[in-house]
Amino acid sequence: MASAPSAQLQPQADGSLRLALYGDWRQPLANEVGRQLLLKVDRLREGSAVQLDGHGLMAWGSALLVLLRQLEENAARRQLALDWQGMPDGVGRLMALAHHNPEPDNGEPGHKGQLQRIGLRVIDRWRNFETVAVFIGDLLLALGRVMAGKGRIRLKDVTEQMELAGPKALGIVSLLSLLMGMILAFVGAIQLENFGATIYVASLVGFGMAREMAAMLTGIIMAGRTGAAYAAQLGSMEANEEIDALRTMGLPPMEFLVVPRVLALMLMMPLLTLYSIAVGIVGGALVCWLMFDITLTQYMSQLTETVALRHFLIGTFKGVLFALIVGVVGCMTGMASGRSASAVGAATTRAVVVSIVAIICCDALVTLITTVMGV
Amino acid sequence: MEAHLTVDNLTMSYGQTLIQRDLSFAIGRGEIFTIMGGSGCGKSTLLRHMIGLLKPKVGRILFGHDDLWQLNPAGRGELQRRCGIAYQSGALLSSMTVAENVALPLEQFSSHRPAEIRELVELKLALVGLAPYADRYPSQLSGGQKKRAALARALALDPEYLFFDEPSAGLDPLSSRNLDDLILQLRDSLGSTVVIVTHELPSIFAIADRGVLLDATTKTQIAIGNPHELLAHDPDERVQQFLRRGQPVTHGESA
Repeated sequence: MASAPSAQLQPQADGSLRLALYGDWRQPLANEVGRQLLLKVDRLREGSAVQLDGHGLMAWGSALLVLLRQLEENAARRQLALDWQGMPDGVGRLMALAHHNPEPDNGEPGHKGQLQRIGLRVIDRWRNFETVAVFIGDLLLALGRVMAGKGRIRLKDVTEQMELAGPKALGIVSLLSLLMGMILAFVGAIQLENFGATIYVASLVGFGMAREMAAMLTGIIMAGRTGAAYAAQLGSMEANEEIDALRTMGLPPMEFLVVPRVLALMLMMPLLTLYSIAVGIVGGALVCWLMFDITLTQYMSQLTETVALRHFLIGTFKGVLFALIVGVVGCMTGMASGRSASAVGAATTRAVVVSIVAIICCDALVTLITTVMGV
Repeated sequence: MEAHLTVDNLTMSYGQTLIQRDLSFAIGRGEIFTIMGGSGCGKSTLLRHMIGLLKPKVGRILFGHDDLWQLNPAGRGELQRRCGIAYQSGALLSSMTVAENVALPLEQFSSHRPAEIRELVELKLALVGLAPYADRYPSQLSGGQKKRAALARALALDPEYLFFDEPSAGLDPLSSRNLDDLILQLRDSLGSTVVIVTHELPSIFAIADRGVLLDATTKTQIAIGNPHELLAHDPDERVQQFLRRGQPVTHGESA
């Protein structure tokens, strides 16, 4: 093949070397030829003069430029004198372009020691903590202003958010609560049947749904559904300068965007929780009726006798608490997100993960406190 | 000339990174003032300082005699409402139609009745040539239409100050020229003070009364004045290079 890339290193009469390049350097083979050549150049005596000759080049692409850059680097290290005169004009121009890269100017030293990195991480975490505290403080102030009728808030935004966080979530809450109730009944009944106490399944389902499962289930659903949506919405608003625009229009984003969302969630989530309890109880009743021969009347009378109202209240209270978590985390991560598509994605992920972790930790804490208090 | 807007000894930085230092200039009432400079030199950052989104490291921003950062947040908000700002990407609220976007500041800060607001919105949209698009969402508009819609929103409260962040970036030459004409007409009829961040030379020469040129290397202002005069008389090579797109000096003036 006449056009295969090749390179020859020939000593000249005056003691210098001539590096001649031939053929088509766009072929895959060029990489291999280049590597061989670099090895040869590495064995040259320090201080040698090398003339490059590209008259035999038929075609060339980026592979040749990469080779030449490496050659240049090696030459500088070993003090070889390179003479570019014989190379095509285009190669020279592109090499000059590649040379012309200003140092990035970021004001901070590039290399950080291990200790410095740890220190910066600690400072960063502490700042994070401060941001959360400031956000919650601002939110409370904004809520106060809105309650006092002085906030910049549109009723339409609240009702719109209420629809998104309430009725629109009914489908998925119904399905999962029904299944949760059925699972509780099924698992309980299999164990209780051994003791001939199958009827207590009703108490178990009522107690479990009212006090624990309904609130947690709703919380997790809303974290994945609504919290993520808040983070993505506010994140892309931040990326699109919409939040800046609101700020300079004199509409504080905290009042205009965050309060309606948090408020809507805090109004809707307790209702969703109550609804989830009811659907879960229905699920339990279905299992009892179809598989364990407990009539609906027996189930209901057992349930109302043994599960007191306060358990429902505790569940509802958790609904409010989890609404606060989902709303605050979703809005905060969204507004703190960077100005790019990947930053918005990362903010959404963080919103869901942080909300779910916080909900479960908070649930454990409330359960511990209420148990110790004996309610 | 009485200064309507003054930047006094301003130094801007993000954390440890210095953006620009020692910026000082005054803008007269009704003037069209451009902030010029290459990409990444801090033009938009300067604008964000002037409209109160970023706090100066050193120095003051004065609206008339009021120091923007000496005011409490409520006072600052009031000052900001005297400013109309057209952001680079438009920054229209994507969940609202164009008309709702323009109506928002009116609903929040004026005592007009809903019917009056509707008429005002129609007027502002007609001024920027977007009357037929009132009920579209921002995502259904082209780049140029978004910028004009943003301008309509900026005009909603009849601002004393108008700020533009790269108004002609991403527009074809003709739309860009139309926008320039619109800015001129608005200034002439409303008497607003106009501040424009841009690096588009045709725009600069067509509409700017004066401007300041920021330099990315020395991180400060290197020229201030009328662009035509700067082109004709400023001895600084960097100024000439910027205003001539790096072309060598020739006789006569290009505009």
